[in-house]
Amino acid sequence: MIKIHVDMDKCQHYGQCVFEAPTVFALNEDDKLEYHATADDSELENVERAIDVCPMQAIAFAK
Amino acid sequence: MIRPIVIVGASMGGLRAAESLRKGGYTGGLVVIGDESHAPYNRPPLSKEVLAEHVDHAAVAFTIPPILEDVEWALGSPVASADLQVQSVTTADGRVLDYSALIIATGLRPRRLEFEGMPPRGSHAIRTLDDAMALRSELKPGARVVVYGAGFIGCEAAATARKLGAEVTVVGKGSVPLLRPLGEQLARDIQSRQEAHGVKFVMNSNLVRIAGTETVTGVVLDSGLTLACDVLIEAIGSEPNVEFLQGNDIDIESGIHVDGTLHALRVNGQPWENVFAIGDVARFPIPQFCETTRRVEHWNIPTEMARKVGQILSATMTENPALADHLAKPFAPIPSFWSDQFEVSLLSYGLLDQADDIRLLEGAVGGNCVYGYFKGESMVGVCGIGMRSKIMGYRNSVGLTPEGGSSALS
Ligand SMILES: Cc1cc2nc3c(=O)[nH]c(=O)nc-3n(C[C@H](O)[C@H](O)[C@H](O)COP(=O)(O)OP(=O)(O)OC[C@H]3O[C@@H](n4cnc5c(N)ncnc54)[C@H](O)[C@@H]3O)c2cc1C
Ligand code: SF4
Repeated sequence: MIKIHVDMDKCQHYGQCVFEAPTVFALNEDDKLEYHATADDSELENVERAIDVCPMQAIAFAK
Repeated sequence: MIRPIVIVGASMGGLRAAESLRKGGYTGGLVVIGDESHAPYNRPPLSKEVLAEHVDHAAVAFTIPPILEDVEWALGSPVASADLQVQSVTTADGRVLDYSALIIATGLRPRRLEFEGMPPRGSHAIRTLDDAMALRSELKPGARVVVYGAGFIGCEAAATARKLGAEVTVVGKGSVPLLRPLGEQLARDIQSRQEAHGVKFVMNSNLVRIAGTETVTGVVLDSGLTLACDVLIEAIGSEPNVEFLQGNDIDIESGIHVDGTLHALRVNGQPWENVFAIGDVARFPIPQFCETTRRVEHWNIPTEMARKVGQILSATMTENPALADHLAKPFAPIPSFWSDQFEVSLLSYGLLDQADDIRLLEGAVGGNCVYGYFKGESMVGVCGIGMRSKIMGYRNSVGLTPEGGSSALS
Protein backbone atom coordinates (compact mmCIF):
# COMPACT_ATOMS: atom_id res chain seq x y z
CA MET A 1 0.00 0.00 0.00
CA ILE A 2 1.33 3.46 -0.84
CA LYS A 3 0.19 6.65 0.85
CA ILE A 4 -0.19 9.87 -1.07
CA HIS A 5 -0.49 13.45 0.08
CA VAL A 6 -1.29 16.48 -2.04
CA ASP A 7 -0.57 19.88 -0.54
CA MET A 8 -3.88 21.58 -1.39
CA ASP A 9 -2.42 25.02 -0.66
CA LYS A 10 0.00 24.44 -3.52
CA CYS A 11 -2.22 22.50 -5.94
CA GLN A 12 -3.61 24.67 -8.73
CA HIS A 13 -5.78 21.91 -10.20
CA TYR A 14 -3.81 21.65 -13.44
CA GLY A 15 -4.74 17.99 -13.72
CA GLN A 16 -1.40 16.88 -15.14
CA CYS A 17 -1.28 14.12 -12.51
CA VAL A 18 -4.56 12.74 -13.83
CA PHE A 19 -2.94 11.53 -17.05
CA GLU A 20 -0.18 9.71 -15.20
CA ALA A 21 -2.26 7.98 -12.54
CA PRO A 22 -5.93 8.16 -13.50
CA THR A 23 -7.02 5.66 -10.86
CA VAL A 24 -5.54 7.84 -8.11
CA PHE A 25 -6.17 11.42 -9.29
CA ALA A 26 -9.21 13.01 -10.96
CA LEU A 27 -10.71 16.44 -11.51
CA ASN A 28 -14.28 16.67 -10.24
CA GLU A 29 -17.22 18.50 -11.86
CA ASP A 30 -15.92 21.83 -10.54
CA ASP A 31 -12.49 21.11 -12.05
CA LYS A 32 -10.99 20.65 -8.59
CA LEU A 33 -8.55 17.87 -7.81
CA GLU A 34 -9.75 14.83 -5.93
CA TYR A 35 -7.48 11.92 -5.07
CA HIS A 36 -7.22 8.69 -3.14
CA ALA A 37 -4.86 9.03 -0.20
CA THR A 38 -3.91 5.36 -0.53
CA ALA A 39 -3.27 3.21 -3.56
CA ASP A 40 -2.16 -0.27 -4.42
CA ASP A 41 1.59 -0.90 -4.75
CA SER A 42 1.07 -1.47 -8.45
CA GLU A 43 0.39 2.28 -8.79
CA LEU A 44 3.84 3.18 -7.46
CA GLU A 45 5.39 3.98 -10.81
CA ASN A 46 2.38 5.96 -12.01
CA VAL A 47 2.33 8.02 -8.81
CA GLU A 48 6.06 8.66 -9.14
CA ARG A 49 5.41 10.03 -12.60
CA ALA A 50 2.55 12.16 -11.30
CA ILE A 51 4.90 13.61 -8.68
CA ASP A 52 7.37 14.51 -11.45
CA VAL A 53 4.85 16.18 -13.73
CA CYS A 54 2.99 18.24 -11.13
CA PRO A 55 3.77 21.87 -12.07
CA MET A 56 3.32 22.99 -8.47
CA GLN A 57 5.28 20.06 -7.04
CA ALA A 58 2.34 19.54 -4.71
CA ILE A 59 2.30 15.73 -4.58
CA ALA A 60 4.38 13.63 -2.18
CA PHE A 61 4.36 10.17 -0.67
CA ALA A 62 3.02 10.28 2.88
CA LYS A 63 4.67 8.32 5.67
CA MET B 1 38.86 4.42 -13.63
CA ILE B 2 35.48 3.90 -15.29
CA ARG B 3 34.23 7.17 -16.71
CA PRO B 4 31.00 8.58 -15.24
CA ILE B 5 27.98 9.79 -17.17
CA VAL B 6 28.14 13.57 -17.07
CA ILE B 7 25.05 15.77 -17.14
CA VAL B 8 25.58 19.47 -17.89
CA GLY B 9 22.85 21.72 -16.47
CA ALA B 10 21.49 21.17 -12.96
CA SER B 11 17.88 22.15 -13.43
CA MET B 12 14.72 20.17 -14.14
CA GLY B 13 16.11 18.41 -17.23
CA GLY B 14 19.38 17.45 -15.52
CA LEU B 15 17.68 16.24 -12.37
CA ARG B 16 15.10 14.15 -14.21
CA ALA B 17 17.79 12.62 -16.42
CA ALA B 18 19.74 11.52 -13.34
CA GLU B 19 16.57 10.06 -11.84
CA SER B 20 15.70 8.22 -15.01
CA LEU B 21 19.19 6.71 -15.29
CA ARG B 22 19.00 5.34 -11.76
CA LYS B 23 15.44 4.09 -12.22
CA GLY B 24 16.63 2.33 -15.37
CA GLY B 25 19.21 0.42 -13.33
CA TYR B 26 22.37 2.40 -14.09
CA THR B 27 24.48 2.27 -10.92
CA GLY B 28 27.74 3.75 -12.21
CA GLY B 29 29.24 7.19 -11.68
CA LEU B 30 27.00 10.17 -12.27
CA VAL B 31 28.10 13.81 -12.13
CA VAL B 32 25.73 16.75 -12.62
CA ILE B 33 27.45 20.05 -13.37
CA GLY B 34 25.52 23.29 -12.97
CA ASP B 35 26.60 26.90 -13.14
CA GLU B 36 23.98 28.15 -10.67
CA SER B 37 24.88 27.72 -7.02
CA HIS B 38 21.37 26.43 -6.24
CA ALA B 39 20.26 22.81 -6.32
CA PRO B 40 17.56 22.22 -9.00
CA TYR B 41 14.42 24.29 -8.58
CA ASN B 42 11.18 24.94 -10.43
CA ARG B 43 11.28 27.95 -12.77
CA PRO B 44 7.60 28.77 -13.53
CA PRO B 45 7.01 30.29 -10.06
CA LEU B 46 9.76 32.84 -10.79
CA SER B 47 7.39 35.10 -12.72
CA LYS B 48 4.51 34.37 -10.33
CA GLU B 49 4.78 33.34 -6.66
CA VAL B 50 8.48 34.12 -6.23
CA LEU B 51 7.91 37.74 -7.28
CA ALA B 52 4.67 38.07 -5.36
CA GLU B 53 5.48 36.37 -2.08
CA HIS B 54 8.72 36.32 -0.22
CA VAL B 55 9.52 32.70 -0.91
CA ASP B 56 13.07 31.38 -1.05
CA HIS B 57 14.90 28.48 -2.69
CA ALA B 58 13.37 25.90 -0.33
CA ALA B 59 9.87 26.78 -1.54
CA VAL B 60 10.69 26.09 -5.18
CA ALA B 61 13.39 23.40 -4.86
CA PHE B 62 12.71 20.02 -6.42
CA THR B 63 12.81 17.08 -4.05
CA ILE B 64 15.96 15.03 -4.57
CA PRO B 65 14.84 11.41 -4.23
CA PRO B 66 16.92 8.89 -2.24
CA ILE B 67 17.98 7.02 -5.39
CA LEU B 68 20.16 10.03 -6.23
CA GLU B 69 22.12 9.74 -2.98
CA ASP B 70 25.47 8.99 -4.63
CA VAL B 71 25.22 11.51 -7.46
CA GLU B 72 27.91 14.17 -7.46
CA TRP B 73 26.45 17.68 -7.77
CA ALA B 74 29.18 20.00 -9.05
CA LEU B 75 27.45 23.36 -8.64
CA GLY B 76 28.59 26.94 -9.04
CA SER B 77 30.86 26.74 -12.08
CA PRO B 78 29.80 26.34 -15.71
CA VAL B 79 31.24 23.95 -18.24
CA ALA B 80 33.42 26.25 -20.32
CA SER B 81 34.40 23.84 -23.07
CA ALA B 82 33.90 20.30 -24.30
CA ASP B 83 35.85 17.93 -26.50
CA LEU B 84 33.42 15.38 -27.88
CA GLN B 85 36.22 13.48 -29.66
CA VAL B 86 38.16 12.63 -26.48
CA GLN B 87 34.92 12.71 -24.43
CA SER B 88 35.70 15.33 -21.82
CA VAL B 89 34.34 18.59 -20.46
CA THR B 90 36.21 21.36 -18.67
CA THR B 91 34.61 23.69 -16.13
CA ALA B 92 35.40 27.39 -15.82
CA ASP B 93 37.22 26.69 -12.56
CA GLY B 94 39.55 24.28 -14.34
CA ARG B 95 38.21 20.81 -13.58
CA VAL B 96 38.51 18.33 -16.44
CA LEU B 97 36.02 15.46 -16.44
CA ASP B 98 36.13 12.53 -18.82
CA TYR B 99 32.73 11.02 -19.55
CA SER B 100 31.32 7.80 -20.92
CA ALA B 101 28.18 9.60 -22.07
CA LEU B 102 27.16 13.25 -22.00
CA ILE B 103 23.66 14.64 -21.44
CA ILE B 104 23.29 18.33 -22.18
CA ALA B 105 20.48 20.16 -20.39
CA THR B 106 21.77 23.72 -20.35
CA GLY B 107 18.50 25.45 -21.22
CA LEU B 108 18.23 29.05 -22.35
CA ARG B 109 19.28 32.45 -21.14
CA PRO B 110 17.34 35.66 -21.66
CA ARG B 111 18.27 37.84 -24.58
CA ARG B 112 19.37 41.17 -23.08
CA LEU B 113 19.25 44.72 -24.36
CA GLU B 114 22.59 46.20 -25.23
CA PHE B 115 22.38 49.94 -25.66
CA GLU B 116 25.46 52.03 -25.36
CA GLY B 117 25.61 53.90 -22.07
CA MET B 118 22.80 51.86 -20.49
CA PRO B 119 22.42 52.62 -16.78
CA PRO B 120 23.91 49.79 -14.67
CA ARG B 121 20.85 49.35 -12.44
CA GLY B 122 17.08 49.11 -12.81
CA SER B 123 16.73 46.64 -15.67
CA HIS B 124 16.01 42.98 -15.06
CA ALA B 125 15.47 39.71 -16.86
CA ILE B 126 13.79 36.69 -15.27
CA ARG B 127 15.36 33.29 -15.74
CA THR B 128 16.99 32.35 -12.45
CA LEU B 129 16.01 32.50 -8.80
CA ASP B 130 18.65 35.17 -8.26
CA ASP B 131 17.10 37.23 -11.10
CA ALA B 132 13.65 36.99 -9.53
CA MET B 133 14.89 37.91 -6.07
CA ALA B 134 16.77 40.94 -7.39
CA LEU B 135 13.66 42.10 -9.25
CA ARG B 136 11.19 41.65 -6.44
CA SER B 137 13.12 43.95 -4.11
CA GLU B 138 12.28 46.74 -6.60
CA LEU B 139 8.61 45.90 -7.20
CA LYS B 140 7.11 48.23 -4.61
CA PRO B 141 3.57 49.64 -4.61
CA GLY B 142 3.54 52.71 -6.84
CA ALA B 143 6.76 51.75 -8.64
CA ARG B 144 6.57 52.54 -12.36
CA VAL B 145 7.36 49.37 -14.26
CA VAL B 146 7.88 48.93 -18.00
CA VAL B 147 7.82 45.36 -19.28
CA TYR B 148 9.49 45.08 -22.67
CA GLY B 149 8.23 42.00 -24.49
CA ALA B 150 4.65 40.71 -24.52
CA GLY B 151 5.19 36.96 -24.42
CA PHE B 152 4.29 34.67 -21.54
CA ILE B 153 7.04 35.71 -19.16
CA GLY B 154 6.40 39.41 -19.88
CA CYS B 155 2.64 39.13 -19.41
CA GLU B 156 2.96 37.07 -16.25
CA ALA B 157 5.50 39.45 -14.75
CA ALA B 158 3.21 42.37 -15.67
CA ALA B 159 0.28 40.74 -13.86
CA THR B 160 2.37 39.95 -10.80
CA ALA B 161 3.84 43.47 -10.63
CA ARG B 162 0.37 44.98 -10.97
CA LYS B 163 -0.96 42.79 -8.17
CA LEU B 164 1.86 44.16 -6.00
CA GLY B 165 0.57 47.68 -6.65
CA ALA B 166 2.99 48.82 -9.36
CA GLU B 167 2.01 51.00 -12.34
CA VAL B 168 2.68 48.65 -15.23
CA THR B 169 3.07 49.29 -18.96
CA VAL B 170 3.84 46.47 -21.38
CA VAL B 171 5.66 47.46 -24.57
CA GLY B 172 5.48 44.91 -27.37
CA LYS B 173 6.48 44.54 -31.00
CA GLY B 174 3.29 42.88 -32.31
CA SER B 175 -0.22 44.27 -32.56
CA VAL B 176 -1.46 42.19 -29.62
CA PRO B 177 0.39 40.57 -26.70
CA LEU B 178 0.83 36.77 -26.93
CA LEU B 179 -0.13 36.88 -30.61
CA ARG B 180 2.42 34.34 -31.82
CA PRO B 181 1.86 31.68 -29.15
CA LEU B 182 -1.93 32.00 -28.85
CA GLY B 183 -3.34 33.54 -32.02
CA GLU B 184 -5.51 36.62 -32.29
CA GLN B 185 -8.76 35.66 -30.49
CA LEU B 186 -7.38 34.38 -27.22
CA ALA B 187 -4.60 36.98 -27.24
CA ARG B 188 -7.07 39.89 -27.50
CA ASP B 189 -9.22 38.35 -24.79
CA ILE B 190 -6.24 38.17 -22.43
CA GLN B 191 -5.17 41.71 -23.27
CA SER B 192 -8.58 43.09 -22.30
CA ARG B 193 -8.57 41.14 -19.06
CA GLN B 194 -5.11 42.50 -18.24
CA GLU B 195 -6.31 46.03 -19.08
CA ALA B 196 -9.30 45.62 -16.78
CA HIS B 197 -6.78 45.14 -13.97
CA GLY B 198 -5.00 48.35 -14.92
CA VAL B 199 -2.09 47.04 -16.99
CA LYS B 200 -1.39 49.34 -19.96
CA PHE B 201 -0.20 48.13 -23.35
CA VAL B 202 1.80 50.06 -25.93
CA MET B 203 1.96 47.74 -28.92
CA ASN B 204 3.67 47.88 -32.35
CA SER B 205 6.63 49.48 -30.64
CA ASN B 206 10.34 48.95 -30.18
CA LEU B 207 12.57 50.33 -27.49
CA VAL B 208 15.32 52.52 -28.92
CA ARG B 209 16.92 54.06 -25.83
CA ILE B 210 17.01 53.74 -22.09
CA ALA B 211 17.21 56.91 -20.05
CA GLY B 212 19.12 57.28 -16.79
CA THR B 213 22.73 57.35 -15.67
CA GLU B 214 22.88 55.46 -12.36
CA THR B 215 19.59 53.64 -12.73
CA VAL B 216 16.81 53.37 -15.32
CA THR B 217 14.56 56.43 -15.29
CA GLY B 218 12.67 55.89 -18.52
CA VAL B 219 12.52 54.28 -21.93
CA VAL B 220 12.21 55.84 -25.37
CA LEU B 221 10.19 54.07 -28.07
CA ASP B 222 10.62 54.24 -31.84
CA SER B 223 7.40 56.25 -32.05
CA GLY B 224 9.17 58.96 -30.07
CA LEU B 225 7.08 58.26 -26.97
CA THR B 226 8.98 58.36 -23.68
CA LEU B 227 7.75 56.36 -20.70
CA ALA B 228 9.15 57.31 -17.31
CA CYS B 229 9.90 54.27 -15.18
CA ASP B 230 11.78 52.99 -12.15
CA VAL B 231 12.05 49.37 -13.23
CA LEU B 232 12.50 47.82 -16.67
CA ILE B 233 11.74 44.14 -17.12
CA GLU B 234 13.31 42.70 -20.27
CA ALA B 235 11.29 39.76 -21.56
CA ILE B 236 12.34 39.71 -25.21
CA GLY B 237 13.08 36.04 -25.72
CA SER B 238 15.99 33.71 -25.10
CA GLU B 239 19.15 32.21 -26.52
CA PRO B 240 20.24 28.57 -26.14
CA ASN B 241 23.28 27.93 -23.91
CA VAL B 242 25.49 26.12 -26.43
CA GLU B 243 28.69 28.17 -26.59
CA PHE B 244 30.75 25.62 -24.63
CA LEU B 245 30.29 23.21 -27.55
CA GLN B 246 31.91 25.51 -30.11
CA GLY B 247 34.79 23.94 -32.01
CA ASN B 248 33.15 20.49 -32.06
CA ASP B 249 31.48 18.78 -34.99
CA ILE B 250 27.97 19.35 -33.68
CA ASP B 251 24.94 21.21 -35.04
CA ILE B 252 24.16 23.98 -32.54
CA GLU B 253 22.25 26.28 -34.86
CA SER B 254 19.36 27.70 -32.73
CA GLY B 255 19.64 24.94 -30.14
CA ILE B 256 21.29 21.54 -30.12
CA HIS B 257 19.96 19.54 -33.04
CA VAL B 258 18.91 16.03 -31.96
CA ASP B 259 17.26 13.11 -33.73
CA GLY B 260 14.14 11.18 -32.73
CA THR B 261 16.08 9.32 -30.03
CA LEU B 262 17.57 12.59 -28.74
CA HIS B 263 21.13 11.88 -29.87
CA ALA B 264 22.98 15.09 -30.70
CA LEU B 265 23.80 15.40 -34.38
CA ARG B 266 26.98 16.29 -36.18
CA VAL B 267 26.94 19.02 -38.80
CA ASN B 268 26.43 16.35 -41.48
CA GLY B 269 23.38 14.99 -39.61
CA GLN B 270 25.09 11.84 -38.27
CA PRO B 271 24.44 11.16 -34.58
CA TRP B 272 26.98 11.21 -31.76
CA GLU B 273 26.36 7.84 -30.13
CA ASN B 274 27.00 9.01 -26.57
CA VAL B 275 25.91 12.65 -26.60
CA PHE B 276 22.29 13.66 -25.92
CA ALA B 277 20.48 16.96 -25.48
CA ILE B 278 17.22 17.49 -23.59
CA GLY B 279 14.90 20.27 -22.47
CA ASP B 280 14.74 23.87 -23.61
CA VAL B 281 18.15 23.70 -25.33
CA ALA B 282 17.22 20.82 -27.66
CA ARG B 283 15.91 21.29 -31.20
CA PHE B 284 14.09 18.09 -32.07
CA PRO B 285 11.79 16.55 -34.67
CA ILE B 286 8.15 16.54 -33.63
CA PRO B 287 6.46 15.10 -36.73
CA GLN B 288 3.09 14.70 -34.99
CA PHE B 289 2.83 18.50 -35.04
CA CYS B 290 5.19 20.06 -37.56
CA GLU B 291 7.48 19.26 -40.42
CA THR B 292 10.62 20.97 -39.19
CA THR B 293 12.74 20.49 -36.09
CA ARG B 294 12.25 23.03 -33.33
CA ARG B 295 12.72 23.87 -29.68
CA VAL B 296 9.65 23.65 -27.44
CA GLU B 297 10.10 25.72 -24.30
CA HIS B 298 7.37 24.10 -22.27
CA TRP B 299 7.69 22.67 -18.83
CA ASN B 300 6.66 19.09 -19.61
CA ILE B 301 9.31 18.63 -22.31
CA PRO B 302 12.52 18.34 -20.19
CA THR B 303 10.98 15.63 -18.00
CA GLU B 304 9.73 13.59 -20.94
CA MET B 305 13.03 13.89 -22.81
CA ALA B 306 14.96 13.00 -19.68
CA ARG B 307 12.92 9.83 -19.29
CA LYS B 308 13.66 8.82 -22.86
CA VAL B 309 17.40 9.43 -22.61
CA GLY B 310 17.56 7.75 -19.19
CA GLN B 311 15.90 4.66 -20.64
CA ILE B 312 18.22 4.52 -23.65
CA LEU B 313 21.41 5.14 -21.71
CA SER B 314 20.68 2.91 -18.75
CA ALA B 315 19.71 0.08 -21.09
CA THR B 316 22.94 0.65 -23.03
CA MET B 317 25.08 0.62 -19.90
CA THR B 318 23.39 -2.44 -18.37
CA GLU B 319 23.21 -4.28 -21.70
CA ASN B 320 19.47 -4.58 -21.30
CA PRO B 321 17.74 -6.01 -24.39
CA ALA B 322 14.98 -3.41 -23.93
CA LEU B 323 17.40 -1.01 -25.63
CA ALA B 324 16.23 -2.00 -29.10
CA ASP B 325 12.65 -1.05 -28.12
CA HIS B 326 13.71 2.29 -26.71
CA LEU B 327 15.64 3.07 -29.87
CA ALA B 328 12.84 1.95 -32.17
CA LYS B 329 10.31 4.31 -30.56
CA PRO B 330 11.04 7.94 -31.39
CA PHE B 331 10.34 10.68 -28.88
CA ALA B 332 6.71 11.77 -29.43
CA PRO B 333 5.52 14.17 -26.74
CA ILE B 334 2.31 16.14 -26.49
CA PRO B 335 3.60 19.58 -25.52
CA SER B 336 1.70 21.20 -22.69
CA PHE B 337 1.88 24.55 -20.97
CA TRP B 338 -0.07 26.61 -18.54
CA SER B 339 0.08 30.28 -17.65
CA ASP B 340 -1.42 32.30 -14.82
CA GLN B 341 -2.21 36.00 -15.20
CA PHE B 342 -4.62 37.47 -12.67
CA GLU B 343 -7.72 35.25 -12.69
CA VAL B 344 -6.81 33.92 -16.14
CA SER B 345 -5.53 30.42 -15.95
CA LEU B 346 -4.56 29.01 -19.34
CA LEU B 347 -3.96 25.37 -20.12
CA SER B 348 -2.83 24.06 -23.49
CA TYR B 349 -1.92 20.85 -25.28
CA GLY B 350 -0.26 20.58 -28.67
CA LEU B 351 1.58 23.19 -30.74
CA LEU B 352 -0.74 26.15 -31.16
CA ASP B 353 1.56 28.15 -33.43
CA GLN B 354 1.16 25.54 -36.19
CA ALA B 355 -2.50 26.40 -36.71
CA ASP B 356 -3.91 28.28 -39.68
CA ASP B 357 -7.44 28.30 -38.29
CA ILE B 358 -8.63 28.83 -34.72
CA ARG B 359 -12.17 27.97 -33.64
CA LEU B 360 -14.03 28.55 -30.40
CA LEU B 361 -15.06 25.05 -29.31
CA GLU B 362 -16.72 25.71 -25.97
CA GLY B 363 -17.67 28.60 -23.71
CA ALA B 364 -17.61 32.26 -24.68
CA VAL B 365 -15.14 35.05 -25.44
CA GLY B 366 -14.49 36.93 -22.22
CA GLY B 367 -15.54 34.01 -20.04
CA ASN B 368 -14.28 30.49 -19.65
CA CYS B 369 -13.55 29.08 -23.09
CA VAL B 370 -11.83 26.39 -25.12
CA TYR B 371 -10.28 27.05 -28.53
CA GLY B 372 -9.27 24.44 -31.07
CA TYR B 373 -6.21 25.14 -33.21
CA PHE B 374 -6.48 23.57 -36.65
CA LYS B 375 -4.12 22.99 -39.54
CA GLY B 376 -6.32 21.81 -42.36
CA GLU B 377 -8.59 19.26 -40.75
CA SER B 378 -6.12 18.27 -38.02
CA MET B 379 -6.44 19.76 -34.58
CA VAL B 380 -2.81 20.59 -33.75
CA GLY B 381 -3.62 22.16 -30.42
CA VAL B 382 -6.19 23.05 -27.81
CA CYS B 383 -6.04 25.93 -25.36
CA GLY B 384 -8.50 27.55 -23.04
CA ILE B 385 -9.26 29.54 -19.94
CA GLY B 386 -10.74 27.61 -17.01
CA MET B 387 -12.66 24.52 -18.21
CA ARG B 388 -9.82 22.21 -17.27
CA SER B 389 -11.64 18.92 -17.69
CA LYS B 390 -12.92 19.99 -21.10
CA ILE B 391 -9.45 20.96 -22.29
CA MET B 392 -7.98 17.73 -20.94
CA GLY B 393 -10.62 15.81 -22.85
CA TYR B 394 -9.09 17.03 -26.12
CA ARG B 395 -5.50 16.15 -25.17
CA ASN B 396 -5.38 12.78 -26.84
CA SER B 397 -6.86 14.00 -30.09
CA VAL B 398 -4.31 16.70 -30.89
CA GLY B 399 -1.79 16.01 -33.64
CA LEU B 400 -1.51 16.05 -37.41
CA THR B 401 -3.76 13.55 -39.14
CA PRO B 402 -1.85 11.37 -41.58
CA GLU B 403 -3.42 11.28 -45.07
CA GLY B 404 -6.48 9.11 -44.96
CA GLY B 405 -5.78 7.83 -41.44
CA SER B 406 -6.89 8.79 -37.97
CA SER B 407 -4.95 11.12 -35.66
CA ALA B 408 -1.29 10.21 -35.30
CA LEU B 409 -1.72 10.11 -31.56
CA SER B 410 -4.96 8.26 -31.19
C1 LIG C 1 10.21 32.88 -15.51
C2 LIG C 1 9.79 31.60 -16.19
C3 LIG C 1 8.45 31.19 -16.14
C4 LIG C 1 8.04 30.02 -16.78
N1 LIG C 1 6.73 29.66 -16.70
C5 LIG C 1 6.29 28.56 -17.34
C6 LIG C 1 4.92 28.18 -17.28
O1 LIG C 1 4.10 28.83 -16.63
N2 LIG C 1 4.54 27.07 -17.95
C7 LIG C 1 5.42 26.33 -18.69
O2 LIG C 1 5.00 25.34 -19.31
N3 LIG C 1 6.73 26.64 -18.73
C8 LIG C 1 7.19 27.74 -18.09
N4 LIG C 1 8.53 28.08 -18.15
C9 LIG C 1 9.46 27.24 -18.93
C10 LIG C 1 10.12 26.13 -18.11
O3 LIG C 1 10.50 26.59 -16.86
C11 LIG C 1 11.32 25.60 -18.87
O4 LIG C 1 10.82 24.95 -20.01
C12 LIG C 1 12.21 24.66 -18.07
O5 LIG C 1 12.76 25.30 -16.96
C13 LIG C 1 13.33 24.12 -18.92
O6 LIG C 1 14.15 23.26 -18.17
P1 LIG C 1 15.61 22.86 -18.63
O7 LIG C 1 16.13 21.93 -17.57
O8 LIG C 1 15.59 22.41 -20.03
O9 LIG C 1 16.45 24.21 -18.67
P2 LIG C 1 16.73 25.27 -17.52
O10 LIG C 1 15.71 25.20 -16.46
O11 LIG C 1 16.98 26.56 -18.19
O12 LIG C 1 18.10 24.76 -16.88
C14 LIG C 1 19.35 24.85 -17.48
C15 LIG C 1 20.40 24.94 -16.40
O13 LIG C 1 21.69 24.77 -16.98
C16 LIG C 1 22.56 25.78 -16.50
N5 LIG C 1 23.65 25.98 -17.48
C17 LIG C 1 23.61 26.69 -18.63
N6 LIG C 1 24.81 26.63 -19.27
C18 LIG C 1 25.61 25.86 -18.49
C19 LIG C 1 26.98 25.43 -18.60
N7 LIG C 1 27.75 25.77 -19.65
N8 LIG C 1 27.49 24.67 -17.61
C20 LIG C 1 26.71 24.31 -16.54
N9 LIG C 1 25.43 24.68 -16.39
C21 LIG C 1 24.88 25.45 -17.35
C22 LIG C 1 21.63 26.96 -16.33
O14 LIG C 1 22.17 27.94 -15.50
C23 LIG C 1 20.42 26.30 -15.72
O15 LIG C 1 20.56 26.14 -14.33
C24 LIG C 1 8.97 29.24 -17.51
C25 LIG C 1 10.33 29.65 -17.56
C26 LIG C 1 10.73 30.81 -16.91
C27 LIG C 1 12.18 31.24 -16.98
S1 SF4 D 1 -0.70 18.06 -11.23
FE1 SF4 D 1 -0.31 19.02 -9.24
S2 SF4 D 1 -1.28 21.02 -9.36
FE2 SF4 D 1 -2.11 19.75 -10.99
S3 SF4 D 1 -3.96 18.86 -10.14
FE3 SF4 D 1 -2.32 17.39 -9.87
S4 SF4 D 1 -1.58 17.90 -7.80
FE4 SF4 D 1 -2.77 19.65 -8.42
